[in-house]
Amino acid sequence: MTEAPPVIELDRVTKSYPGGVRALHDASLRIWPDELTAIVGPSGSGKSTMLQLMGTLDRPTSGTVRILGHDVAELDDVQLSAVRANWIGFVFQQFYLTSHLTAVQNVANGLFYHGIARKKRLREAATALERVGLGHRLGHRPQELSGGERQRVAIARALVARPAIVLADEPTGALDSRSGDTIIELLHELHSEGTTITVITHDNGIAAAFDRQVEILDGEIRSDRSARLGAA
Amino acid sequence: MNPSIATTPSPPLPRTARLRTSDLIGVGLLGLRGRPLRAILSGLGIAIGIAAMVAVLGVGAASQAQLLDKIAGLGTNLLTVEPGQNLVGQNPPLPDEVVDMIKRIGPIQSATATGTVKGATVRRTDKIDPRESQGIEVAAARLDLLDTLGGKLAGGTWLNQATARYPAIVLGSTTAQLLGAEPGGQVFISGQWFTVIGVLEPLDLAPEINTSALVGWDVATGRLGFDGHPTRVYTRSVDESVDAVRAVLARTANPQDPSAVKVSRPSDALTAQLAAKNTFNSLLIGLGAVSLLVGGVGVANTMIISVLERRQEIGLRRALGARRRQILLQFLTEAVALSVLGGLAGAAIGLAGVTVYATFQGWPTVIPTTGIAGGVTASIAIGAIAGLYPAMRAGRLPPTEALTAG
Repeated sequence: MTEAPPVIELDRVTKSYPGGVRALHDASLRIWPDELTAIVGPSGSGKSTMLQLMGTLDRPTSGTVRILGHDVAELDDVQLSAVRANWIGFVFQQFYLTSHLTAVQNVANGLFYHGIARKKRLREAATALERVGLGHRLGHRPQELSGGERQRVAIARALVARPAIVLADEPTGALDSRSGDTIIELLHELHSEGTTITVITHDNGIAAAFDRQVEILDGEIRSDRSARLGAA
Repeated sequence: MNPSIATTPSPPLPRTARLRTSDLIGVGLLGLRGRPLRAILSGLGIAIGIAAMVAVLGVGAASQAQLLDKIAGLGTNLLTVEPGQNLVGQNPPLPDEVVDMIKRIGPIQSATATGTVKGATVRRTDKIDPRESQGIEVAAARLDLLDTLGGKLAGGTWLNQATARYPAIVLGSTTAQLLGAEPGGQVFISGQWFTVIGVLEPLDLAPEINTSALVGWDVATGRLGFDGHPTRVYTRSVDESVDAVRAVLARTANPQDPSAVKVSRPSDALTAQLAAKNTFNSLLIGLGAVSLLVGGVGVANTMIISVLERRQEIGLRRALGARRRQILLQFLTEAVALSVLGGLAGAAIGLAGVTVYATFQGWPTVIPTTGIAGGVTASIAIGAIAGLYPAMRAGRLPPTEALTAG
């Protein structure tokens, strides 16, 4: 049986910053298609650095990062930008929505660097918003939406390009617990529809509900509980 | 190396896409929409500079058009001949037959003369002191003077064969004003009453006629003691030969002493006025250029602040798949859009100013196309130069730094 390559593979990855700060040390991790993974750790544990490396927003000091089998170190800015545009969807704690654009326009920005026409972008964006349950909020601006709804818009933007993986950095961090719960519910739903999702969180409660939990502390992976990895 | 990685098939890299031009312009304008007041304020410097340049060029163009119209209407083929100073400092009079001699020059179309009647003053009545001439010159005029000068009568008639032999007089425009005389009235010259038969309109090419009182040649010699010497000859020649005629005029007018003849072209004074306007223009354009420079610095400053403030947006766009170059182009487009919008606003303000001024002055309205085209081009260039450094900074910003900022 031939297997698809891991969506993201970190192979003995270390990241140090100038001044000798080592944010991540010798981390190896494979994220497989259709997995719902939580990377959990307290603040300062190196999990944000991990997300940046997984999302190709940064390059490791040593070790290899592969996206669908392609070594990130061998890709130039143009290729890497195409990888981010097509294969990786980001969800941030602070949503990062443009305040003077409507929900559907914000979501359409997820396709802005794909070279497709504006009309088609807006059409796809409307579909993505329906998928996250905001089909009735297309024309609303971020400030007219609740926090939970804003994060749904941001999730729709991450989904609109049908990426190989969605990376969510503390997606409930700026939300009250009820809104946070609905967002986690949504992520579970999307996963059950076949989306590969990795969430970074400091909240063990959220992580506990995930199929796979990678625990990170002081820049090192401490544990990785996964049915699939256990079977391998 | 893990062997399972080498054997598993990897999908090909996603295709890279260019940013559409319409999207680039859209995203550039979007940045301005986010902070409209700042965009307006920083575009203002450019607007003022362009407005100044368009206004200066427009007013210059309108006044030049008006001058050119005037020159074209008056003709540039009028040459005058006067006695000048010869080498020993005398002013020998022009020969009596000078007009006939000049008329023999091929390209001359017409030649005529006036002769100053020395010692004669014109007064409103005999009660006024004869020494009070008010600068009015009494002159004998040939009958074809009016045609050669292209002059018009404000009222009355010009001298003819009959009236030239009687004490009839035609007044220049200024003379008529000074004396308060109208056709049908009388004026007093050297103990005799003359009847005013006509008043001339102002003559631009022969201003001396405006301050003259003109009588017939025969009356001047017979009644006012005129010596018969022409003191100023007016000639019109074929346009293309004006310079050639000018070269031979002195020798023809006074073959014995050509250096004692002064030849001039009255339209040169108007042409000189055109040139004078040009130097004035370059000074004001210089001032406009300085305000454009200041405007450019303003745009650069705004863009640098904008890049610093929008690090998150830059980071997000990088996460969404923007290349360094596309970020650079976005901010460059924004700077150019800012500058061009300022430039267009400036051109509109400048044009409005020109139209109002030209209408007020009664000048023809000329749209300074060169000024507007130049202004808009300049604002594109200024925007590009001012935006380049901030845009490069935006493009170089690492996405992680952008996303963790704020």
